[in-house]
Amino acid sequence: MANLKIIVPVKRVIDYTVKIRVAGGKVETNNVKHSMNPFDEIAVEEAVKMKEANKAKEIVAVSIGPAKSQETLRTALAMGADRAIHVEVADADTVNPLQVAKILKGIADKEKPDLMILGKQAIDDDAAQTGPMLAGLLGWPQATFASKIQIDEAAKGATVTREIDGGMDVIQTPFPFIATTDLRLNVPRYASLPNIMKAKKKPLVKVKPSEYGVDLTPTLKIVSVAEPPTRKGGVKVDSVDALIDKLKNEAKVL
Amino acid sequence: MRATASSFSSATAALQARSRARVLIRTYGSLQATASARPSRGAGARPYTTYNAAVAGLDPDLQELQETARAFAAREIAPYAAQIDRDNAFPLPLWQKMGEMGFLGLTVKEAYGGLDLGYFAHTLVMEALSTASGSVGLSYGAHSNLCVNQIHRNGTDAQKAKYLPRLVSGEHVGALAMSETTSGSDVVSMRLRADKVDGGYKLNGTKFWITNGPDADVLVVYAKTDPDAGPKGITAFLIEKTFPGFSQGPKLDKLGMRGSNTCELIFEDCFVPEASILGKRNEGVYVLMSGLDLERLVLSGGPLGLMQAALDDSASYVHERTQFERPIGTFQLVQGKIADMYTKLQASRAYVYAVARAADAGQVSSKDCAGAILYSAERATEVALDAIQLQGGNGYINDTPTGRYLRDAKLYEIGAGTSEIRRVLIGRAFNKDFQVKSSSA
Repeated sequence: MANLKIIVPVKRVIDYTVKIRVAGGKVETNNVKHSMNPFDEIAVEEAVKMKEANKAKEIVAVSIGPAKSQETLRTALAMGADRAIHVEVADADTVNPLQVAKILKGIADKEKPDLMILGKQAIDDDAAQTGPMLAGLLGWPQATFASKIQIDEAAKGATVTREIDGGMDVIQTPFPFIATTDLRLNVPRYASLPNIMKAKKKPLVKVKPSEYGVDLTPTLKIVSVAEPPTRKGGVKVDSVDALIDKLKNEAKVL
Repeated sequence: MRATASSFSSATAALQARSRARVLIRTYGSLQATASARPSRGAGARPYTTYNAAVAGLDPDLQELQETARAFAAREIAPYAAQIDRDNAFPLPLWQKMGEMGFLGLTVKEAYGGLDLGYFAHTLVMEALSTASGSVGLSYGAHSNLCVNQIHRNGTDAQKAKYLPRLVSGEHVGALAMSETTSGSDVVSMRLRADKVDGGYKLNGTKFWITNGPDADVLVVYAKTDPDAGPKGITAFLIEKTFPGFSQGPKLDKLGMRGSNTCELIFEDCFVPEASILGKRNEGVYVLMSGLDLERLVLSGGPLGLMQAALDDSASYVHERTQFERPIGTFQLVQGKIADMYTKLQASRAYVYAVARAADAGQVSSKDCAGAILYSAERATEVALDAIQLQGGNGYINDTPTGRYLRDAKLYEIGAGTSEIRRVLIGRAFNKDFQVKSSSA
């Protein structure tokens, strides 16, 4: 049954190695290295593996963001996605997870995938809401925080292992469903130079959010953005009694 | 878990029922173990870098190529660099990986498996790999430029079709052999003889200090087909390691570049068919000299990478290390050293990149290829020494890579022509402008 169609949404975020700086009340993004959200890389890798194992026939990468999101889509194409859809929005920072999920629902209604694999969260806002919201809007089963996805062709579904507090949770789900990736699902590949060059020729279409009838009026107002306070040095205590005294009277945690 | 029921078959209904009864496997301990043992791309995988992309001014395609090479080097090479150095062992599995990434045939036409890119691209990859490991970088340069690019520039269609695909994929390792024990800077004094016999040549003699020699499957070898004709009696041959009469000596124990294996090549009545001549008979010196220009250019990426590594480590170190209750990076003598290291690297890089851009525009300047590697190689040794000085006792012990940077950097003042020969080449170029005959060395 090598005919699964998989949609993988990918987000352009500040690279995980960059030290985030705040300037003028917002996170500095000018001349800052951006790359694909690491959890989305894992999602692309998982889809490409399914294709290599002859379980999937087509992988569609989707990104919602500014023009530069096309670089992120090219990375997905270089890793092995077949085509890409760019939903262009001017200011991606004000788009909230529900709006993203609504756009993705619009795409899913049109493309009719068997499976959508998303990163469990994006490392910029850490919301971790898009996958579950999308499952809710579509009325599909969801398998979040997946650390293993096994396609069961005979049963027309998949067995998904999830990492939860205190152990592993193994669930089974029919198609179509939503999966969100955890860190240990796989180690994503680096795109090779020949594949990067081939990716430039793969189809990438640009669409507007309005095509899916989604209103992108911001629903939240950012009140302030600040860097975490610098940690102050600690003190050494002479005895256990002094420690208990400080915990009781200074920190007031006992 | 919610699901729409409409489209489910009875089989999936059963699946659903089972899915409601979730199977909980208690593996907390082993999960933790897996989490820490598994290589991940989490924070810290790529170290801090002082690379100034805005000043380097790469176009988006080259920048992407550089990032790809850097990420590969950080993941596939850097974690093993210390071990490769310690064991003096060539990391053969890397060759196939680099082949898959497309690094081994950057300047080769697509018909032979290459990417048909230029020398600037090649120099950038050389730099990125050398940042992780000088010795992997050197073996990479010897393979992809000295061997692969020479075959690509000078080979017949049949030779290219025969050798390039497997060299470009990394299935085969390549080398080039020029020096002999008694012919270093005076390379045309070489004594490896190629005597004409029926159907080809018989080679007798030795080559020495041959990078990748112990591991090579295919080698470009220069020999004397007309020993009395001086430079005009040299011919380039393509040698396969399986040719009878050809053997590889044990690998040499070197100061640096350990893991980039070097050895003697021995030719005892080694028969080489006529079809294995690279270029034309008695015109090997043109193959050799023109190849050396490009070799010097591409290898200049090596010292740049080593300087980058030495500076990146040092810049981090002087901001972590505190003495007199301050990071030592706030002391002016330390700032002076960091500033000098950075300036030397930036000046070297600007020169190397400029020569590479010119080469891709069709202007291969012999004296500037020599100048680029002369300047960057000497700066790399200085910068590596400064890195040791800045890191003091920590820089001097072999638990940190600073000693390796120094030992690796020194090679670039010796290999591909010594600094002295490079100065001669540049000086001679000006003599030529004034039509003054130079002395022979």
